[in-house]
Amino acid sequence: MKKTIRFKLNGQPKSLTIDRERMLLWVLRTDFGLTGTKFGCGEGFCGACTVLVNNEAERSCQFPLEDIDGKEIITIEGLAKNARLHPLQEAFVKHDALQCGFCTSGMILNAYSLLLKNPEPSHKDIIEGMEYNLCRCGSYNRIVQAIQTAAKEMKGG
Amino acid sequence: MKKEDYMDIDFYDDRTGLPLSRREFLKLMGGGIVILFSVGDPLLLEAQRRRGQSLPDDFNAFLRIGENGRVTCFTGKIEMGQGVITSLAQMLADELEVHLDFVDMVMGDTDLCPYDMGTFGSMTTRFFGPPLRAAAAEAREVLIELAAEYLQVSTSQLKAEAGVIYHKSQRQKKVTYAQLTKGKKIVRKLKGKAVLEKPSDFTIVGTPVLRRDAVAKVTGEAKFAGDIREPGMLYARILRPPAHGARMISVDTSGAKKIRGTQVIENDDLIAVLNEDPELAEEALGQIKVRFEKLDSQVDDKTIFDHLLKVAPEGDIVSQGGDLAKGEEISKSVVEKTYLDGYVAHAPIETHTALAKIEGDKATIWASTQGPFGLQRGAASVLGFPAKKVRVITPFVGGGFGGKNSNQQGEEAAILAKLSGKPVQVTWTRAEEFFYDTFRPAAVVKIKGGVNGSGRITLWDYGVYFAGERGAQHFYNIPNHRTMAFSAGWRGAPGSHPFATGPWRAPANNTNTFARESHIDILAAKAGIDPLEFRLKNLKDERMIRVLQAAAKKFGWKPAKAPSGRGYGIAAGIDAGTYVAHIAEVKVNKKTGHVQVKRVVCAQDMGLSINPEGAKIQIEGCITMGLGYALSEDIHFKGGEIFDMNFDTYEIPKFSWLPRIETVLIDDREAAPQGGGEPPIICMGGVIANAIYDATGARLLQLPMTPARVKAAM
Repeated sequence: MKKTIRFKLNGQPKSLTIDRERMLLWVLRTDFGLTGTKFGCGEGFCGACTVLVNNEAERSCQFPLEDIDGKEIITIEGLAKNARLHPLQEAFVKHDALQCGFCTSGMILNAYSLLLKNPEPSHKDIIEGMEYNLCRCGSYNRIVQAIQTAAKEMKGG
Repeated sequence: MKKEDYMDIDFYDDRTGLPLSRREFLKLMGGGIVILFSVGDPLLLEAQRRRGQSLPDDFNAFLRIGENGRVTCFTGKIEMGQGVITSLAQMLADELEVHLDFVDMVMGDTDLCPYDMGTFGSMTTRFFGPPLRAAAAEAREVLIELAAEYLQVSTSQLKAEAGVIYHKSQRQKKVTYAQLTKGKKIVRKLKGKAVLEKPSDFTIVGTPVLRRDAVAKVTGEAKFAGDIREPGMLYARILRPPAHGARMISVDTSGAKKIRGTQVIENDDLIAVLNEDPELAEEALGQIKVRFEKLDSQVDDKTIFDHLLKVAPEGDIVSQGGDLAKGEEISKSVVEKTYLDGYVAHAPIETHTALAKIEGDKATIWASTQGPFGLQRGAASVLGFPAKKVRVITPFVGGGFGGKNSNQQGEEAAILAKLSGKPVQVTWTRAEEFFYDTFRPAAVVKIKGGVNGSGRITLWDYGVYFAGERGAQHFYNIPNHRTMAFSAGWRGAPGSHPFATGPWRAPANNTNTFARESHIDILAAKAGIDPLEFRLKNLKDERMIRVLQAAAKKFGWKPAKAPSGRGYGIAAGIDAGTYVAHIAEVKVNKKTGHVQVKRVVCAQDMGLSINPEGAKIQIEGCITMGLGYALSEDIHFKGGEIFDMNFDTYEIPKFSWLPRIETVLIDDREAAPQGGGEPPIICMGGVIANAIYDATGARLLQLPMTPARVKAAM
């Protein structure tokens, strides 16, 4: 049965007609060409595919498109505003909080959602909130520092 | 270069070299100044020659100063997170006297870049760096010659600074690189006579700089192989056997063909479904009915070690000296132990991915690979194309760690593109990534060591089975010793391993360093001496003494006989020319056996450090990744069947595992730069094992040190 799903994607209204279950990850990567959202494990264990759905970090590889009807999606491509990096992006650059960069989009968006809920997270809060996003290159400690820096920055601004 | 530096370099994926001819190459270049140079130590090149590989015409790398004054370095090396896109540019910019922002790196494109063996073995900076600097210095001399002509002064009166050549005493007399290269076409082959900058004059090298690829990676703009889009491209899913060695009995693809828009490819054993929607391809794959017959193999992750010892070939002597019988006689205590290490996966977050497109007689493949030229040869062979008709382009690679020397996915994409007539993307699922990974081999190390009444090591009889010999040779001052390697490489003869094995970040050295440093600790405890003092007492190698002392100083080491209950461990090693010493503090939960690493100090002597910030990041990465093989990572299998399919059962380090990491770089500006991407990982098994012993008195002899094993040992 055909169904039209309407949602906002990085601020723009979009609609898509589907006749079967589709996962948000593949819709973003194929239909919209937003390849900043990565496929890492396909089962929600790694977090490389993390996007924001109504400002909540979600695993897009496990998120059916039907469930985004009427909601607002933000992907990594939608985070910088007017060619200015978001404080989290700035902080990741400044702290060298990435190596191969494949987990980075998911890390930043997961952190974004974390900071919305908890603008002044402790070290422990950050670890707990980020725990299930995996990085193989070993940037964890720098990612924690980047999130702390961004938190301060966002509070100030 | 010493024998031990090159003998373990991995050449398997590297068949004959495929140089562009000089004429073909020059056609590709625009105007400007081009310096051609060869990379590689004569010994390394000799090793290649002996393996039957033809060498490139007369150069295998180059740099160009374009007519706009921008500098481009063309190299077959690739960027997979290790940061060479930044450190190579730094070397070039410093020597050529240009701003770092004026340097472009073109990496891993087989049409544009001269031949390269592959990015592995921590060799990029060590072997590519020196000729790159020399080429840049030569280019600077050419520019100064041109400037002398242009300004009508002698070359000795000129000086280059930030892309401009000035008269030393009359600064208003100047000319930019862009002005000098405009309309010129100058090609020079590196003579190596240009005078290199003195290390004390470096302004960019040795200075921490941030990653040049960082902004692209935080905005999602950085393109990886799976992000490349071609009109009409299809996504492939390939039918896989349930176990290595399984034979297909029957297959029925009729169900798959019913899935909308699906093209089914059946080509001998290769059965694949293609669809413009990756989810429909997945669905179609699920509709294939297939029966396989598995091999009757019973070996599993518990019995593998007995199996390996049973099938082990004769050993080769790596090094020896003195007399073992005499060593045993003069030892007060002799300890014999067997150390075990399981199979470990590379598990990069980006799975093996490639997109292949065929237009007429030319194939283009975008691939996540550590060896673009190896893939070029492999793909040419499966396509039946001459290699020069295959272009491999390497976008950013999402982690490699040795696993992307293997290019199966690129060959699969190539043949599917040929058979379907459409561009085809192959992205391995996580289960495929675990199934086809070339694991770090399971291995056994047997050591018999002895110590005399005054705390001197008097006997060392060491045998490593199947890990490989990199890092097997000890560096202690031991009069009676022998080191043997049974099965020298990390692949093993057919029948040794139930599936493919291969190089994994600092291959062989993780296993060897775990065994050696554990055993040294056991001898220290036997002698009743503090483990740091015991090591220093048995060392003559000044560089090793220096890194151990540097680590101890940073850590604030206070001597005590282990087990002290403090949970402090120490380990040291040499890899890729670099010396490392680690000291760790752990906390062991005596009820559960869970180990939390609280703090790791790493001291590293890598000679001249090009980008100290990059080196520090590599140390942090190595320590983090090393927690995995030390504590949790172990492939579960039976026969050729791999039970680990995702990160739920195969657990890699997470945020909460992280210790406080402190690094000390012993910066030796006058020494040649050595490897940095691998050495700091080699101590992680040994340093944690020794810290667990110090905390609990329990000696772990098998990696990984899972809670169950720690509990059992207590």
